Amino acid sequence: MTAFLAKRIAVGLLTLIVASIVVFAVLEIVPGDPAQLMLGMNATDEALAALREQMGLNQPVVARYLGWAGGLLVGDFGRSFTYSSPVIELIAERAVVSLPLALMALILSTAIAIPVGLFAAARRGKAADTLAMGAAQFGVAVPNFWFALILIYVFAVWLRLVPAGGFSGWENGLISGLRALLLPAIALALPQAAILARVTRSALLEVLGEDYIRTARAKGMPRGAVLWRHALRNAMIPVLTILGLQFAFLLAGTIIIENVFYLPGLGRLVFQAITQRDLIVVEGVVMLLVASVVFVNIVVDICYALVDPRLRTR
Amino acid sequence: MALLEIERLTLKIGGTPILKDVDLSIGAGETMGLVGESGSGKSMTALTVMRLLPHAAEASGRVTFDGIDILAAPEAAMCRLRGDDIGMVFQEPMTALNPVKTIGEQVAEGIRWHTGANRADAEASARRILDRVGLPEAQFPLSRYPHQLSGGQRQRVVIAIACALKPKLLIADEPTTALDVVLQAQILDLLRDLVAENRMGLLLISHDLAVVTDMANRVTIMRHGEVMEEGETAPTLAAQVHPYTRQLAEASMHVPARPHRAAAHASGPNLLEVDGVVRDYAGRQRSLFSRPDPFRAVDGVSFALKPGQSMALVGRSGCGKSTLARMILALDRPSAGEIRFLGEPLTGRSEAALKPARRNIQVVFQDPYGSFNPRHKVERLVAEPLHLLDEAPTPATRREMVAGALREVGLRPDDMQKYPHEFSGGQRQRISIARALITRPKLIVADEPVSALDVSIRAQVLDLFADLNQRLGVAYLFITHDLTVARAITDEVMVMHDGRIVEEGKTDAVLDDPRSDAAKALVAAAPDLKRAIRRRLAEQG
Repeated sequence: MTAFLAKRIAVGLLTLIVASIVVFAVLEIVPGDPAQLMLGMNATDEALAALREQMGLNQPVVARYLGWAGGLLVGDFGRSFTYSSPVIELIAERAVVSLPLALMALILSTAIAIPVGLFAAARRGKAADTLAMGAAQFGVAVPNFWFALILIYVFAVWLRLVPAGGFSGWENGLISGLRALLLPAIALALPQAAILARVTRSALLEVLGEDYIRTARAKGMPRGAVLWRHALRNAMIPVLTILGLQFAFLLAGTIIIENVFYLPGLGRLVFQAITQRDLIVVEGVVMLLVASVVFVNIVVDICYALVDPRLRTR
Repeated sequence: MALLEIERLTLKIGGTPILKDVDLSIGAGETMGLVGESGSGKSMTALTVMRLLPHAAEASGRVTFDGIDILAAPEAAMCRLRGDDIGMVFQEPMTALNPVKTIGEQVAEGIRWHTGANRADAEASARRILDRVGLPEAQFPLSRYPHQLSGGQRQRVVIAIACALKPKLLIADEPTTALDVVLQAQILDLLRDLVAENRMGLLLISHDLAVVTDMANRVTIMRHGEVMEEGETAPTLAAQVHPYTRQLAEASMHVPARPHRAAAHASGPNLLEVDGVVRDYAGRQRSLFSRPDPFRAVDGVSFALKPGQSMALVGRSGCGKSTLARMILALDRPSAGEIRFLGEPLTGRSEAALKPARRNIQVVFQDPYGSFNPRHKVERLVAEPLHLLDEAPTPATRREMVAGALREVGLRPDDMQKYPHEFSGGQRQRISIARALITRPKLIVADEPVSALDVSIRAQVLDLFADLNQRLGVAYLFITHDLTVARAITDEVMVMHDGRIVEEGKTDAVLDDPRSDAAKALVAAAPDLKRAIRRRLAEQG
């Protein structure tokens, strides 16, 4: 188990290093001179040269990469020129909105999808199954921003249960923060839940055809007990795989949803930074997203090993 | 009154008739053998008794177990019977256990479910039954997972689950078909003892007449969902009154005619030479830093094969037979030693340089279902090895060659437009033989080529192998754990044990008078119909 963990973590670190090189290289070949962008088209050559020198743009590429990557390691993500503040502060300020949002969406989608998948698998081919899977099909097809607008209309404008958008910060209490994030989290979670429910159902149905399910039935256990005790855990492997992949989509999905709900999260930060060519901010946020996806995948790998004893010795 | 009474049982699945007027009865302490070929309805009869039939099944007739009308009983009553009064053991031990639960959990689960015992008591009972089936605590604690056990050990766990609550009836559906002969003998002994200890009724389903003769008091022979004959085992199989009984008995002892056996032994250059071949595999890594000890699968094997010769390689599962075969097929490299084909070494050559050898050495696998791509037509499947020819044949020649190969194995040329699922198991094995023949090989390596087939189809396929050997002079290396097959089709035999060849010689001589312990164990464990009938008749006087 220790060897397994060490291997997963080593692979994760390697992924981060490769990702940092790719992120740096991509932004390196994007056209546009950051110094020119900062000073505008009318800047004098002397001023440009001075700023380039100050920003270290004259150094060779490798030296600049090492400087940037070394900064990441000690938490120095550089300085944003549009906000005139350290990138790390900008990210920290926004992450307290985005990460809880993604986490809420992940929990919600799992909490919806697995019971629905179990329910549909247990009633395979019956009306309830058709209905559940029809709803899931609909959930997959509907774009989340449109769904977000419907939610705002129904729950915020019409029923006035929750705010329509904005985020007043965690200082005003946990409940008010969660209320503000509830609709965005639902909008993010539902399409994911739809996919996950379908995966859960089909994984369960596949497992229900296995020989060991027949063995369990021959022990005298009723169908429902066999589904819970024998099928569910075996069906978890594909479900965990999808869950790990979905986390990345949830983070990316926040870019759209935060704009719809006017939430001051990472998604809006990166969106604004791109439009303003504030590349150092983009680099920082992207690296943070990569790191959280790598982390979640290590967690998923550990869950695999917990679910399936055969994977522990690899 | 009998423990289990089946009267005029008729079964349809989605309108397709599966069983017709099946009668069968088992008394307490009695073993009933249920014999028939695949698709004859043996397993469906068993699943009807368990009421574990597929969804669309409709059964009619009467099934009475211990005074309970099984077909009319509510599901809750069936759940109380299953695992408590009726236990069941299945064919495939590798997949019959839940891979994510420990063996202790899986044995204790049924005990807790039926008796309401607490965890500790149920685990104590599970421990006792696991000890009883030959899995002592020292090597097999309750915390073992199925993947840490071998096939034979897993089957013992399945038997422990089925017998944990001392059922009145045990149903064993081909319990030893997936195991080698030595394991088969051990498992059958265990079943026999458990039946005697608890006065259980045993419904033993098998396609192997010799196994049934050894085990069963009475036998029921089924074909196409109907009972052909029923009676005391030994007299029924000795007298062979019913023509189908005779046909089955003859097929299971079938020896194909090979008049030119001696011709193969002509002196001359060797076709295949295996010289001191060793294959090591990396063992399991025990810690991050130490190098794992290698596992030696094949250990210094040497032998030679003449053109047209038919050689058997027999041994228990895991003895290294298939690893050796993979190296002869140049699908794996020996760690040491050399394999030469027609004097040319196979080891260490590029794929291009191997082409002529690959053309001359072809393979037939055990499972005719698994070795075809189901989405390809037979023409494409059989033509597959043709890429080994130096010049690609034109489509017309290709079709001609496929047609020729199909004719050679007794199929029709227009079969090439069909898909594999349109053929029966025996026909599919013919297709894989056609695929092996199409490049006109000098050697065919056959890895358990008939062990997945029914006795009568097995007899036909053995005839085909014999005929091809006689007509085309193809040499065979037959890998098998079935000594009947080795006797039927080969001139020479090698007995393999723990990676080494421990005995070799003329097939009849070695199998009639084995000298090594490994060969003796194999011969002693191998079921033999004639011997079994003689013994049973002698016992009954």
